[in-house]
Amino acid sequence: MKYDTLVFELSKSGRIGYSLAKEQYPQYSLNDISEYLRTDELLLPEISELDCVRHFTNISQKNFGVESGFYPLGSCTMKYNPKINEEIAKSYSFTKLHPYQPVTTVQGALRLYYELQQTLAKISGLSEFTLNSYAGAHGELVGLMIMKQYHLQRKDFKRNKVIIPDSAHGTNPASVTVSGMEVIEIESNELGMVDLDALRAVLSDEIAGMMLTNPNTLGIFEKDICDITRLVHEAGGLMYYDGANLNAMLGKVRPGDMGFDIMHINLHKTFSTPHGGGGPGSGPVGVKDFLTDYLPNPVVKKLDDYYYIANEKDAIGQISGYFGNFLVEARAYSYILNLGKENLKWVGPYSVLNANYIREKLRNDYVLPIQDYCMHEVVFDGLVDNPNEIRTLDVAKRLLDYGMHAPTIYFPLLFHQSIMIEPTETESLQTIDQFIETMKTIAEEAKTEPETLRQAPLNTPISRTDEVFAAKQMIFTYKDYLEYIRNEG
Amino acid sequence: MFKYFPHTKDDIELMLKELNISSIDELFHSVPKEVLLDKEYEIASSMSEQEVRAYFKALSEENQELVIFSGLGLYDHYTPSVIDAITSRQEFLTSYTPYQPEVSQGTLQYIFEYQSMIQTLTGMDVSNASMYDGTTAAAEACFMACSIAKRNKILISSTLNPNTIQVIKTYLKFKGHEYEIVPAKNGVLDREALEAYLDKDTAGLIVQSPNFFGLIEHYDGLADLLHETKAVLIQSSDISTLGVLKSPGENGADIACGDCQSLGMPLAFGGPTIGYLATLKKHVRKMPGRICGYTTDSSGRRSFVLTLQAREQHIRRAKANSNICSNQSLLVLYSTVYLSIMGKQGIKDVNLRSYQNAHYLYDRLLKTKKFFDPFQQPFLKEFTLETTISHDLIKEALWKEGIFGGFSLAQFSDDYENLINFAVTEKRTKEEIEKLLSVLEGLS
Amino acid sequence: MSKVLKDYLYSNDHEWVKKLNDEEVLVGITDFAAKELGSIVFVDLPEAGDNVEANSEFGAVESVKAASDLVSPVSGEVLEVNDDLVGEPELVNEDAFSAWMIKVKLSNPSELEELLSAEEYEQLL
Repeated sequence: MKYDTLVFELSKSGRIGYSLAKEQYPQYSLNDISEYLRTDELLLPEISELDCVRHFTNISQKNFGVESGFYPLGSCTMKYNPKINEEIAKSYSFTKLHPYQPVTTVQGALRLYYELQQTLAKISGLSEFTLNSYAGAHGELVGLMIMKQYHLQRKDFKRNKVIIPDSAHGTNPASVTVSGMEVIEIESNELGMVDLDALRAVLSDEIAGMMLTNPNTLGIFEKDICDITRLVHEAGGLMYYDGANLNAMLGKVRPGDMGFDIMHINLHKTFSTPHGGGGPGSGPVGVKDFLTDYLPNPVVKKLDDYYYIANEKDAIGQISGYFGNFLVEARAYSYILNLGKENLKWVGPYSVLNANYIREKLRNDYVLPIQDYCMHEVVFDGLVDNPNEIRTLDVAKRLLDYGMHAPTIYFPLLFHQSIMIEPTETESLQTIDQFIETMKTIAEEAKTEPETLRQAPLNTPISRTDEVFAAKQMIFTYKDYLEYIRNEG
Repeated sequence: MFKYFPHTKDDIELMLKELNISSIDELFHSVPKEVLLDKEYEIASSMSEQEVRAYFKALSEENQELVIFSGLGLYDHYTPSVIDAITSRQEFLTSYTPYQPEVSQGTLQYIFEYQSMIQTLTGMDVSNASMYDGTTAAAEACFMACSIAKRNKILISSTLNPNTIQVIKTYLKFKGHEYEIVPAKNGVLDREALEAYLDKDTAGLIVQSPNFFGLIEHYDGLADLLHETKAVLIQSSDISTLGVLKSPGENGADIACGDCQSLGMPLAFGGPTIGYLATLKKHVRKMPGRICGYTTDSSGRRSFVLTLQAREQHIRRAKANSNICSNQSLLVLYSTVYLSIMGKQGIKDVNLRSYQNAHYLYDRLLKTKKFFDPFQQPFLKEFTLETTISHDLIKEALWKEGIFGGFSLAQFSDDYENLINFAVTEKRTKEEIEKLLSVLEGLS
Repeated sequence: MSKVLKDYLYSNDHEWVKKLNDEEVLVGITDFAAKELGSIVFVDLPEAGDNVEANSEFGAVESVKAASDLVSPVSGEVLEVNDDLVGEPELVNEDAFSAWMIKVKLSNPSELEELLSAEEYEQLL
């Protein structure tokens, strides 16, 4: 590893990296409020501008992005993040607006918000969206609050349980808990799908609703979806669509048409906004007509050609400071306008074609636990021919050596050696063929050089890390680190 | 064909042939016919890149950029140019959450550096890798307090930003916790009134300084009062102000939270920003969100990894301490670059200049005899005055001159009927300040 | 292969109980449970004086990739807590049967009859 410096280690007392205007009113001094000032010294760096730029450029070289190479991370939809979106988000007046500015001076921002929410509604087959929720998990929480509010408004106080298949993403049950409801987990059938009998068995007048991802977390379409939504509705519950896997459905199916009442969309997955190393994302929540009153405040409304901001009395309340991650919303809208109805409809089909092609080409080398076609992502369960007991982790780490990002591993939990591959529609046949070749090479290495795989990666900035040490030592800051080094002598 | 779809006709044919099918539709055979989309989306037709640009330019022109003399949680501070250059790098911009530490040391290292900076600014022991914004960070801090104290009620100081109060209320209400609002006296938390609200069900108190009015609150002895009843003190603060003001740690707080927007982030109509959340080490397992820790790799090299993940939703599911699954990582980078380039001295200089500008404006406004200070409390860069001049008149007059400021607080509470808020950062020039004054001096 | 010791009682939740006398027992997690979790990095225990209830949670153990609630096999008052585990949680992996977690004064000694014998627990595995 070439570069191994923390920004604090570049610091030298008295050095600066900024330039501010001269003091305009030097007659005022912070000493006038001295009793309110901190006395603890600040452990912040003092560095020049070049040192700062060089430092962050150097550490950026240790990262892998979508533009570095193939990034088939299952359930994350790592598609290309178009440059025009970035340009749009940074240009013009959008960055400079204060949300409390007079409404007449933010008409463009409000129109953007309104048009995007309406466009998402059309794509989803729902009635209205809020864009205020900041991320997918945040959207889940907001959607569940709407579900709960709906039952409370009808004075149906018993409904406090939410059905979730055992294959769901961990955020689903966690969001239910935070919304103050209870999780009822149902087991999937041997095909990895919702078991209708298991569903029937838990339906009652205490059910608030059901959360479902479709295609599910195994990357397959729940073929009984119409029966599922019908059964839950008959029992008085609402259907929540987790939009994590919406990419596969673009152009083919709308959640509203499948019978879902509430959903969230991850703009950072389906609508191409960058993941940013873990955020900011955006998780708009859409609802059918009978639930629009419960959408969180503030709400953007339209009267003729005038846009305004309203706070509604039946709303679940406020769940964000303002209008969500507005600049992320702008990026997503740019993407949708660029593709338009003619191209957006191919996102699903091409992403599904890419995934099935990989599925077909690797099925002799990696165990295929599900026999039907997959949707936008394919799950394998370890190696077919594996005399040396090479684990999925080793395969994933070895991929890093070949300049590709690892797929999602050990999820879904239903299989022990899960490898979940999502190629997205933006990858070319050449890239995918190269990935397939690499996966085959690794399958071969598993037989001939198992030690290489067990130690992989060998060509990355660092090798495998000691996670037990990190969890036990709990060194979270530079201050902790200095203390640790001092004690170690 | 479209620029983001590399599939040629030949490619598609070849792939279908490998799959032994004749059309992509066959892959969707398990989708029931009645839900298959049989029409075009009712959305706009495809635009060229040039048309997209023009579309957003037109949208942008329906907005008006104003000179900002208001805050209320979002501050118009100066942004050093290096930040955009660094945060635009694809290695940072397009990567995912750092699950594979071998190819994510860039992200993990800046998170570690960010946690270190939040630690020193807040005086807490440990920070997470960030929350969505200051309001949701405050709500999560209240959940933490309930979990730490194993009690059910949160006391909310009425001097918190109303947005923060609203979000906390929503979160607590749905989760099934209780809350009460503790009143203010002279614009700051009423300590005497507080004692009447404290009881054996109180999990914690959340306070804000500088508060919604911009006033600096005094917390001597407050933490002791809460700790005597085994309750928790949560302090919410605009992070930039902690560069000079007494830290939550110095005030004895157990949890610190707030927004990092003031670290030069664009106002951006309110988002994205980033919330910080920090606490004492003994409470670290009650803290939601990602945490990065130091370790070594198999060759003994210094490395960073996400750690204490067993608290999180992907492992604990319904029993996780929060449903949060992401952080605002790119804005963690933003904050880290800002605090690196401004450094120890710069963060003080920003506060000093903001203080000077704000106090100059304050003195001049009082001299007009049209504005009065109902509170008489210390402040930093934001202050609240009382005036009988119509707030709409002020808004209109300033807007005509391209200024947004002197924001009426009447919309938040009947008690705030005559109150009007100003914030002045280091960015405001003498000319802008004089222009604002000349408009206001002309009103009656 | 996980170790199962003869003179201990077991629960379905992979906790063991060791009788000290008619009223007092030690509680810990089994070798099997420790192996399933992997390297344990944190043990969260109640305080002496707290009461525990049979089939209710009394704490948690965490490894890097997993977490598990501790479910008490018995009811009673916690007399003592094994504080060594807080600083050295790896003791549980090293020898799960000596790494006791809590010492309980039984409020309902008949609960012991519901627990599994070593043979029965081996069947479960």
